Amino acid sequence: MTMTAGSTESPTESFRAELRGWLEENCPEEMRDGGLTEDAICWGGKDWVFTSEAQELWLKRCAAKGYTVPTWPVEYGGAGLSREQEKVFDEEMARINARSPLESFGIWMLGPALLHFGTHEQKLHYLPPVARGEVRWCQGYSEPGAGSDLANVQTKGEDKGDHWLVNGQKIWTSYADKADWIFALIRTDKDAPKHKGISFLLCSMEQAGVETRPIKMISGVSPFCETFFTDAVIPKEQIVGEENKGWDVAKYLLTHEREMISGGGAGLSGGGRALGAVLADTMDVLDANTRADAMRCEVDALAIGLTLERYKDQSEAGQGAGDASAMLKYMGTELNKQRHELMMNAGGSDALEWDGPLGNRAGDWLRTKANSIEGGTSEVMLSIVSRRVLGLPG
Amino acid sequence: MVKLVMTEEETMLADMARGFLDGAAPVGKLREMRDAGMTHDAALWKEMADMGWAGVLVPEAAGGSDMGFAAANVIAREMGKTLAVSPFLSTAVIAATALRQVSDTRATAALAKIASGDVTYALAVDESVKFDPDAVQMQAKRDGNGFRLSGKKQFVVDGSLADRVLVLARTDNGLTLFDIPADRAGVSREASSMIDARDAARITFENVEATGEDVLGAVDSAMDVLKPALNAGQAALAAEMTGLSAGAFGMTVDYLKERKQFGVEIGRFQALQHRAAHLWCEIEVTSSAILNAGRMLDEEPDNAEMAVSLAKARATNTAILAVQEGVQMHGGIGMTDAFDMGFYMKRARVGAEWLGDYSYHAEVVAKHRGF
Repeated sequence: MTMTAGSTESPTESFRAELRGWLEENCPEEMRDGGLTEDAICWGGKDWVFTSEAQELWLKRCAAKGYTVPTWPVEYGGAGLSREQEKVFDEEMARINARSPLESFGIWMLGPALLHFGTHEQKLHYLPPVARGEVRWCQGYSEPGAGSDLANVQTKGEDKGDHWLVNGQKIWTSYADKADWIFALIRTDKDAPKHKGISFLLCSMEQAGVETRPIKMISGVSPFCETFFTDAVIPKEQIVGEENKGWDVAKYLLTHEREMISGGGAGLSGGGRALGAVLADTMDVLDANTRADAMRCEVDALAIGLTLERYKDQSEAGQGAGDASAMLKYMGTELNKQRHELMMNAGGSDALEWDGPLGNRAGDWLRTKANSIEGGTSEVMLSIVSRRVLGLPG
Repeated sequence: MVKLVMTEEETMLADMARGFLDGAAPVGKLREMRDAGMTHDAALWKEMADMGWAGVLVPEAAGGSDMGFAAANVIAREMGKTLAVSPFLSTAVIAATALRQVSDTRATAALAKIASGDVTYALAVDESVKFDPDAVQMQAKRDGNGFRLSGKKQFVVDGSLADRVLVLARTDNGLTLFDIPADRAGVSREASSMIDARDAARITFENVEATGEDVLGAVDSAMDVLKPALNAGQAALAAEMTGLSAGAFGMTVDYLKERKQFGVEIGRFQALQHRAAHLWCEIEVTSSAILNAGRMLDEEPDNAEMAVSLAKARATNTAILAVQEGVQMHGGIGMTDAFDMGFYMKRARVGAEWLGDYSYHAEVVAKHRGF
């Protein structure tokens, strides 16, 4: 659009102009590389070691403006952006290829759940440190006997008046060894039907009786852990939502987790770089089969990306998106696995070396195999769609 | 930054269209027409024109309803659900969009006749088995102040009955689009017996006379006029195919709920549940691409090409999957002519080819994405 002196800009466009100026001034040069690799991510937390001064500066500057969590209310550490402004924010960040200043489970999962179910005091207490990257959270959902059947959690909390005494074991607690706090599903009523005796509790990882142990994965690294609770004390005020109604919180959080995981598949995280371009980094000329496969992935990725946007627009317009997160999770993660298969293929023998010429491509490829398992398997997603959307008999 | 949410007006338009089509143009109507050897119902088209559908892209000044491309997609989608037979895409979308690029009195008069339902058009581009406008060889040779057109076109959708034909031909320095009456001397039309029971033709042009008046847009610059028309047609066809997918899917899910085998509804079997759920996911994702294409055509027409090709590519694959799953999950009955699923399957295959197949459009997307 042409801007002339005295013209009246739309509020959205004046926000864009202001944001563009701020980004120009405040986003360090080193933070404008899209941040495509795992080590470019800033996870934050008490023990976080910044990989560069620029990373620290970028986080601090964004946090001061609320831009680590742009849509959260200002009083809880966000910038209070509307959906329209959020789109502008995403576009302007992508325009200069800016890294995300902070990624965390606190932002993706706990935040939305607390904003919905938490008390004002809880939000004030827990959210700003998440927004500033000072506290890192992990998720205590799965157990050895509760995978796809998540509501079968057995880790139990005994009511001791002002606190619960918690005993049990969680598994697949991503980055629990690096986290400061955990949000966990705990069985607080063992006699109730399985969905009705669960509470959603918050616990410090420094609490006596909480221990964690990394699990070595096929990718050679240990992003996942086991976490053990042995007579761990969790004060009563550290519950989100009502006692024994944690399943509602858990499900709500899962929809956000699923959307987060599906976003990776749509190639939206990481600047949305075209798959063909990524493949061309290692193959000067894409062979016909690879190119055809890449085209198919690209078409699907763009359409899934649009679907994510559509559901956000619908939800802002008050049109229910139903069980969209199951669909997005299924489609996004299956696609992401295909993309990484193609990247391995394009990398040829270079991709077969740990830390070889293509860096951690093999590790990234292996990591994606968990995408269609974590947060609910593809098969569970399809069953959810089948039951809740199509109304097929259960 | 388009907004991907249906407006209230669009929702109302869809509801109204569904109500009308369920009554006036259900799948049974296509069956009756096929059995009677009919490929056009003039009375039905007149009714659609009276509702403003023929003029959906015609300016109000020329008597149109001028509802825009997203609205045209809404109508096309509903037509796809019941496989409604009409020249909507050829005439109301493609020809109207082409004519709109030209602002002269002749074009305005033509648009008015489109809006009132008094003229139908067909677009003649293809000369081989695949859509490829750039490869057109048909010649329009200079002849005094005019041209002489000679060549053969095939897969001219709605071509055997249309009143007028938009013909793409090669001139001295490029391609030129001609708008000529189908009954002009030297034009011979042979109706193709199409699998989808819809109208299409092979058309031979033998030394057909065309004047400067018959050129739509500028000589050697067909794409200025044709490109927007193709974009609009491809998007609306994608919308129709997505409606078709939804129609076939709806029949399939209903069948899963009522058909019993081994003493239970077959919809209880997880193998079928997951196939149906997967198909629903594909249709949802494709629907986003359709909505986006309509919004882009309305709001950022100069940047809409990728959005349109994305929609057509996705719609093609989704429709092919929807009809295959439809037949498979219905079992033997799905293979019978007495059952409607076959109509969906045949129309999906024709839609897949028309105005560029999956590969054609995926290629456009890849080029926009830089590979």
